[in-house]
Amino acid sequence: MVNSNMSDADYRKSKIKSRVAWGVAIFFACIWLLLTLTPFFFMIINSFRKQFDMLQQGVFHLPDPWYFKNYTNVVTHGFFGYFMRSVLVVAVSLVLMLIISAFAAYPLARMNFKLNPIIYALIVAMMSVPMHVTLIPIFKLTTAVGLYDTLRSLIGPYVAFALPMSVFILTAFMKTIPKEVEESAEIDGCNRYQNFFKMILPLSKSGLSTLAIYNGVSMWNEFAFANTLLITPERKTLPLALGQFKGEHSLDIPIILAVLTLSVLPMITLFIIFQDKLVKGMMAGAVKG
Amino acid sequence: MKNGNNPGLAQARAKSIAKAATVFLLPALLLITIYIIYPVIDTFVISGYKWNGISSDRIFVGMENWVSLIHDEMFWKSFKHNLIVMVFSILLQIPLGMLLATFLDAGGKKFNIFKIIWFLPYLMSSVAIAFLFVYALATNGGIVSSLATIIHGKKTTIDLLGTAPNALYTVIGVMAWQFTPFYMVYFIAGYGNIDTSIYEAAIIDGATRWQYIKRIAIPLLGPIFKTACTMSLIGSLKYFDMIWNMTQGGPAGSTELMATYMYKLSFQQFNMGYGSAVAAGMFLLITAIALIFNKAFKVKEEY
Repeated sequence: MVNSNMSDADYRKSKIKSRVAWGVAIFFACIWLLLTLTPFFFMIINSFRKQFDMLQQGVFHLPDPWYFKNYTNVVTHGFFGYFMRSVLVVAVSLVLMLIISAFAAYPLARMNFKLNPIIYALIVAMMSVPMHVTLIPIFKLTTAVGLYDTLRSLIGPYVAFALPMSVFILTAFMKTIPKEVEESAEIDGCNRYQNFFKMILPLSKSGLSTLAIYNGVSMWNEFAFANTLLITPERKTLPLALGQFKGEHSLDIPIILAVLTLSVLPMITLFIIFQDKLVKGMMAGAVKG
Repeated sequence: MKNGNNPGLAQARAKSIAKAATVFLLPALLLITIYIIYPVIDTFVISGYKWNGISSDRIFVGMENWVSLIHDEMFWKSFKHNLIVMVFSILLQIPLGMLLATFLDAGGKKFNIFKIIWFLPYLMSSVAIAFLFVYALATNGGIVSSLATIIHGKKTTIDLLGTAPNALYTVIGVMAWQFTPFYMVYFIAGYGNIDTSIYEAAIIDGATRWQYIKRIAIPLLGPIFKTACTMSLIGSLKYFDMIWNMTQGGPAGSTELMATYMYKLSFQQFNMGYGSAVAAGMFLLITAIALIFNKAFKVKEEY
């Protein structure tokens, strides 16, 4: 009975210890929660103030009165244009990128030819080229072919830089599709091209959707190419809108915070709707390491 | 009869495969050549010229830009900043992400709300984060200075972005805010990939949840730990968007990184010849460091 008493005490002790440990863990978890949320809180409440109310009322107080005109101002002064241009560039680039990378992944995954391993290695090696190294030549190229300062100039770089990782992921994905799928299609009289469109492409849907999310998000946020290749405000994409509004209202902080809130809103909305899928898609870049 | 028994048929088949492969691969190879391979080569070519990026006449100067680059204090200072960013990114983001993931893994579903909120910063673009923190850390009406004022009871300003030694560490802090969620989700996935039977066996053997995490799960995460380090390493060496929008390398070059320095030279001062030398130097340094790291730690392939 001594023994059982001992272990009882031990049990109680370890229970208390684990309670204390959880308490400490939750305490630090809440601190990180605060660190995460405070900037968002700051952004949102201050976007509902008049220009000079921010300093007078204190940044942590709720706005008095709530001032909605920042948002109507932003929306009526070109925000929608930036938004739509971004939608357009991302949509076109994404569709092209998905088709071209599926095209490239198909022979790499399922055909036996001499150059296969070399081409595959070449494409995969391109994943580690930093885009900044290519900025000056691409600027040069874009001006040379007369595409400078057009939305179209962004499509080439966006597609090209998304290709290596997408081909890498899709090749791995297509390798998992059983050989019998193609063989039975061939017996039914499909040639390679029909095979690709009728069998392989539909079966790669889940890989394609992950890539669409990952690359869609990075194209949506892309800054360096857009900032280099676009100059006219009426042709700029959403990531450049912030700088543009800041240039026009340099002292009106609440209006910039309204632009910020509006530019973050689409992602947060998508996150709420497609939580796990979006997170999984955004993590696809982890293969780059 | 098998194809291999008939050389003519096998050859025809190989030929038709080669033709199909060419058709399918052509668009991708073309785009990669135009927008990645050719520009990388061209960067090295342009680095041999003095060129303002606009006029058609450019003067060949040989290795002059490269000699200047080797003696350019600002370039090496930027590189040093990149290395500082790299070390702190690895030391802050990965352990923090790991801690958060461990907390969520140990806590289970009831802490889902933590997971959702903790992920939010990663939904913002680097540009948006840069702008947000310019205002959030401003001396006038920023979060930190306002808090200090409330605590002190009188007007207090804490200048985090405007003074030289502070700015770089502030930027590192903001990066941790942005990227910790990425590593958190990455490690959550890592925990999720561990076979549940391992967990069950450990519990049957009398291990507590915490012992399981400490003795079994974390050692099993080793390989993905290395991958996380490689990602953080390469990411910090080519960092650009946020710094450019937050400090433009300032004040007085104290947050200048290789990429911002290159951009400033090329697209603000229009010194594209020298800008290309900086870009090419950056490319060589990143490649070298990535290779050394991979050799030293022999990152295992996990797919």
